[in-house]
Amino acid sequence: MRPISSEIIPKHNQIFKSCKIKIDVLQPGIMDLAKYPFLAEAGEYLRDKGFNLEQLGHPDWEPLVEKAYGRIVVASSGQVYGSDMERLENPDMEILSFIVAVILLKAAGIHTLTRRFSLAEARRAERYLQQDLWSNKDKKNLELPLKIIQELFAVQVAVENEEFVIKVGDYLQRAVHFHEKEWKLVNRRVTRGLVYLTAHETVRLIRTELGQYINAKIQSITLPSIPDTFKARVQDLVQLATKFSDAVVVSSDYPPCVKHAIEVLEKGENLPHSGRFLLATYLLARGQTTDQIAPLFKNAPDYNERVTRYQLEHISGASGKGTKYQCPSCDKLRSENLCFAIPDCDGIINPIQFGKKRKN
Amino acid sequence: MLEKDVILVENAIKEYYFNHFDLVNIPPKLTQREFGYQKINGGMIRHIAIRDSKDLHLLMMKETPSDVYCSNAYYSFPSMPMSEKDWKGADLIFDIDAKDLALSCRNDHSVFKCSSCHGTTLGKQSACPQCGSTKFEIVSVACKNCIGESKKEVKKLLKMLDQDLDIKNEETEVYFSGNEGFHIKAINNNYEMLGSQERSDLVDYLMFNGAMPETFGMKKQYNSKSTLPEMGEAGWKGRVATSLFGSKSKVPKVTRQIISDGYLAFQAKLDEVRQTMGVKVDPKVTMDIHRIFRLEGSMNSKSGLSKIQCKNLDDFDPFLDACLLGEEQVDIVANCPVVIKLKNKKYGPYANERDSVPKYAACVYDMQGIS
Repeated sequence: MRPISSEIIPKHNQIFKSCKIKIDVLQPGIMDLAKYPFLAEAGEYLRDKGFNLEQLGHPDWEPLVEKAYGRIVVASSGQVYGSDMERLENPDMEILSFIVAVILLKAAGIHTLTRRFSLAEARRAERYLQQDLWSNKDKKNLELPLKIIQELFAVQVAVENEEFVIKVGDYLQRAVHFHEKEWKLVNRRVTRGLVYLTAHETVRLIRTELGQYINAKIQSITLPSIPDTFKARVQDLVQLATKFSDAVVVSSDYPPCVKHAIEVLEKGENLPHSGRFLLATYLLARGQTTDQIAPLFKNAPDYNERVTRYQLEHISGASGKGTKYQCPSCDKLRSENLCFAIPDCDGIINPIQFGKKRKN
Repeated sequence: MLEKDVILVENAIKEYYFNHFDLVNIPPKLTQREFGYQKINGGMIRHIAIRDSKDLHLLMMKETPSDVYCSNAYYSFPSMPMSEKDWKGADLIFDIDAKDLALSCRNDHSVFKCSSCHGTTLGKQSACPQCGSTKFEIVSVACKNCIGESKKEVKKLLKMLDQDLDIKNEETEVYFSGNEGFHIKAINNNYEMLGSQERSDLVDYLMFNGAMPETFGMKKQYNSKSTLPEMGEAGWKGRVATSLFGSKSKVPKVTRQIISDGYLAFQAKLDEVRQTMGVKVDPKVTMDIHRIFRLEGSMNSKSGLSKIQCKNLDDFDPFLDACLLGEEQVDIVANCPVVIKLKNKKYGPYANERDSVPKYAACVYDMQGIS
């Protein structure tokens, strides 16, 4: 990925000065920029048209600020902002409302809100990327989305008989972040080092990165001051963010993988190293001490109190280099045949999350 | 190990590294790798950087390590603590071990060694028949069948790496692990940057773990023959089809049967495919991107055999080709209820008996703790 410039909106009166990342060769049209307003060319386009931040502070532009605010509110609720994009009637407003939303978020300075907005914008762009990929009969339409994927995320996508193919390594680096079974490599068509995907799957694969890209771009902006007409909405955003601090209830039950590990040890059977590591890291994360945990291993066929204590202290970070080891993920445990998932495990990705449920 | 045995084994190892240093593979990017070693009855010493092959040879001659390890990863600063090493990539490695293959011969050459009275008994036991202690070690001694079955897994792996992952045979190196299996190393730019999670998913692919019936065209209801995989298809679809149908002539009949048996039966079939066609590698080894892995050409202190490259896997006989310690006769007292065959000569069984054997055989008994 190329470095992200901090110049997307650098100066008060140079709001739309371009950032350095540009989609080379291809010149995206205005409709493309409305779909992908995070591209450097969007800022450049608006600057060329003579827009600046002072102008947008004029009360005439209030509908724009409302549209931008709405774009954030929708994102904050986990929805995707639905532009009137099917017809793309007012592309300038689409691009401007994105930019103003970015300014509002930056002024509010709440990271959770920015992250949600970035992800929602990534999902919005994903729809258009998918559409553009799908309409691949028109070569011109196909080139831009492929170029976006390649330039922004260094993933080469080729087209083979209406399917999209990427290298196994590129696929794995992204797909491992998904927890649905269908994203496992074994559930994909793989041949000659390539993975075959539909248009939808191809863009889904880069959603997170696209979100991170937009987020990083917003983070990198420096904003000296904003027009007074924006300030009320910035306050509203601060108010909006208070709803994110909701509590969780914790149950005292152990997840099935940990129960299994304890049972194996209780029976005096051999628990593999990875199972012992799971048990130790899990119990340490739940606040137990090495003194409380060590006796659990007493029945192990190769039990040695000194070694057990040394290892527990090492894992807890009390000795050695001080690294505190984390509980392995459900994915890792599945690979090691240590997962014994039950319905209560649905939706968790680490045993530590077992039994924790949101109140609302 | 007893003091006198330590001296015998250390001398044999020193002699080995003096005479056979040419077998030690100097890996590419040597200076970016982390080395580690162990001495007999000693702990692991790691985070060592090596400048060149002379440096490595010197370390081996000076320290006479029982085991030498080298990272599959390359770092900017290999001798720094783990968090400061600056990981820059790692070779893709696989470990195929006979102990993971659930072979029926295992019990015939597994020696139960009591940690309390040091008595040995053939086969797995829940407690020592002599003193009743439940603290024990299981020592698995040389078995030709185990090696033969491991070789089959290696071939399966190499084929899958080539056809599915585009890792050509020229990019892979196969080594006898020095114990009961094989280590396979793949050097391919497309995979060296993969992290632990990615490698874990890659291993699941090779082992056929986590396959869904839907992937192979089987839904919970309304199934049709057109969605099932066809023989000759690439990747797992083709392999599953071959396993399901057996031959082309059976396709129509088996297809009807599969559709009428339904989803759960299909899932059970996929599980059978996993057991028969999935490659049985140790996932923990491939997932570990900071592992120090036994160095090619070094001695394996668990067995007294060397980890050496197998240029011709079919003809490779570890009990002949990897048995490289000295030949001179030495006296040992051995306690092993199983016959061990080394360099086409049989030794044992011994019940605390004295014998005069070549040094390579004496070391096998000493290193496996059955002397």
